[in-house]
Amino acid sequence: MSDKKLILSVRDVKVHFKVKGGNDWPWTPKKTLKAVDGVSFDLYEGETLGVVGESGCGKSTLARSILNLIPATAGEIVWMGKDLRQGSEKDWLAVRRDIQMIFQDPLASLNPRMTIAQIIGEPLRVHRPELSSEEVMKRVRAMMVKVGLREQMINRYPHEFSGGQCQRIGIARALILEPKLIICDEPVSALDVSIQAQIINLLKELQREMGLALIFIAHDLAVVKHISDRILVMYLGREMELAEKHALYDKPSHPYTRALLSAIPIPDPKLERNKVIQILQGDLPSPINPPSGCVFRTRCPLAEAQCAGERPELRRLSADTQSSCLLA
Amino acid sequence: MLFRSKQKAVAEAMAANLSMAAVEGRSPWADARERFLRNKAAVVSLILLSLVVLACVFGPMLLPHSYEDTDWDAMAMAPTWHNLHLFGTDDLGRDLLVRTLIGGRISLMVGLMATIASVTIGIVWGATAGFLGGKVDTVMMRIVDMMYAVPYLLIAILMVTLLGREFYLVVLTITVFSWMDMARVVRGQTLSVKSKEFVEAARAIGVSTGSIIFRHVVPNLLGIVVIYTTVTVPGVILTESVLSFLGLGVQEPMTSWGVLIEDGTGVMETTPWMLLFPAAMLSLTLYCANYIGDGMRDALDPKDR
Ligand SMILES: Nc1ncnc2c1ncn2[C@@H]1O[C@H](COP(=O)(O)OP(=O)(O)OP(=O)(O)O)[C@@H](O)[C@H]1O
Ligand code: SF4
Ligand SMILES: [Mg+2]
Repeated sequence: MSDKKLILSVRDVKVHFKVKGGNDWPWTPKKTLKAVDGVSFDLYEGETLGVVGESGCGKSTLARSILNLIPATAGEIVWMGKDLRQGSEKDWLAVRRDIQMIFQDPLASLNPRMTIAQIIGEPLRVHRPELSSEEVMKRVRAMMVKVGLREQMINRYPHEFSGGQCQRIGIARALILEPKLIICDEPVSALDVSIQAQIINLLKELQREMGLALIFIAHDLAVVKHISDRILVMYLGREMELAEKHALYDKPSHPYTRALLSAIPIPDPKLERNKVIQILQGDLPSPINPPSGCVFRTRCPLAEAQCAGERPELRRLSADTQSSCLLA
Repeated sequence: MLFRSKQKAVAEAMAANLSMAAVEGRSPWADARERFLRNKAAVVSLILLSLVVLACVFGPMLLPHSYEDTDWDAMAMAPTWHNLHLFGTDDLGRDLLVRTLIGGRISLMVGLMATIASVTIGIVWGATAGFLGGKVDTVMMRIVDMMYAVPYLLIAILMVTLLGREFYLVVLTITVFSWMDMARVVRGQTLSVKSKEFVEAARAIGVSTGSIIFRHVVPNLLGIVVIYTTVTVPGVILTESVLSFLGLGVQEPMTSWGVLIEDGTGVMETTPWMLLFPAAMLSLTLYCANYIGDGMRDALDPKDR
């Protein structure tokens, strides 16, 4: 990995929301919801980082904070050596050319009143206003072919497409500026299993062809397995484990990772029958009031007294594994 | 032979065209239009309402009477072919057909102008509150709530007695009390569109705030605005007749459907046509407007799809 160029470095990023309870009085002080609470990772050129965790653990919020769609409360987001949190509007516009995003709900991420041509061409209109409309159309068509959409569809509207096709449109829109990084926020969660594989393979292919880096968010480890180089496991806004894919699947260092792994079905029926699914006890604690110390301790089968003490940080166990479990 | 090969060439060109040509997409508006046209009640209503409007606009020019001149040969005459008093005359000998059409002009004009004014205010108010959100939104929506609590007939009576019975005053009075529904609806829709993923996608791309508003948010508000405009029209026309019926409408000899109905009610037993014809025209218009509104809602409301 060291020979590759570092493109994005996220340092101790926090995103806190001020929230109000449903039946609070107007003068009740707002509570702080720690959606993301100190996440750090590096991303190298052409690499795929999988981000995994239960619903509500802050994956989307982390992704949005990288693009400043939700401003981070604290921390550094360094893109190509520049700290974006200090950046001006103009710096951001330049960044938005290089980092694109693909969303969870394929249909909702496309404006129902715009044609496919307008949707895929919009990034070009924003960032390359010098291009003639013929040139824009030419590129849109080429991109449609690339992501497996028929060119004839160019004047159609999103509601005329299936979920998988809509996600291809979203991918085409993300790729048309030839970005360096694409953040995929659960791009396949809303799709049928057979379509999921198609979309993941398409992303992989395009990544190889265009040398893209990907941040690929999913809520289970099965989906990210085929596409990721490294995987970040999150829980309640914190990092649990950050490891190379093989290390993570072969010898997971964190009890939470092990629990997630045990939930993946094994293709071999014999093994599947004998497998023990490790069901996590208790409910997901509220990010408004997270447990002290290790946030996972209320559900951790190995929890000990010391786990309630100081908040454990990610620490390096080996060349390819970092974990925040005190006992690892 | 030559002809044959030419034909073949044409066929081939056509085939090539077919596979190459971009399929024209059906915009959501085209879909909505088709759904509307399938709704028979709405289409019939649209035709009838158009006829009513055309009659009110052009009818008085084609008829030999004026709305204020007395026909001394025909006082309080029942509908007759004589002198072409098709709707009869009123107790002052004025032709009721012309007066109904002229009254229709006023009623429809009031309806149109008050609708435009209240819809505009409602859109601007609601969209601003929805876009800005936060405290501005809270304050603006509390004002709307307060407007609902104002006893509007009382204020209307006060305004008209203080300022006189003028056309523009009627419009103003109606407008002041009918923009709030639109404001609420538009605010709700703005909030919902603002939080849609495609708006976030546009922000992620770097689209400017102005373009986000005009390319992404506004086009997605139009459907609901059209629906609520069509349901505002009959409400406003009805309010105009209520005001007129209470003696707060336009001044004699100018008239409106509400004024005519009020006149007619007084002499219902002796000259019933003075009540029947204006009331029938008003009812027809309201029915049509309501059916058109229903058709619009069915055609444009995405929830029913
Ligand atoms: N705008 C907001 N205001 C207040 N709280 C928010 C906001 N956005 C997200 N949250 C909260 O932050 C936490 C993390 O949400 P987030 O959407 O990042 O989770 P996620 O991991 O993406 O979940 P999912 O898998 O369901 O997409 C949740 O508890 C959520 O309720
Ligand atoms: S630190 Fe303690 S509670 Fe947290 S994962 Fe490790 S053993 Fe479990
Ligand atoms: Mg999410």
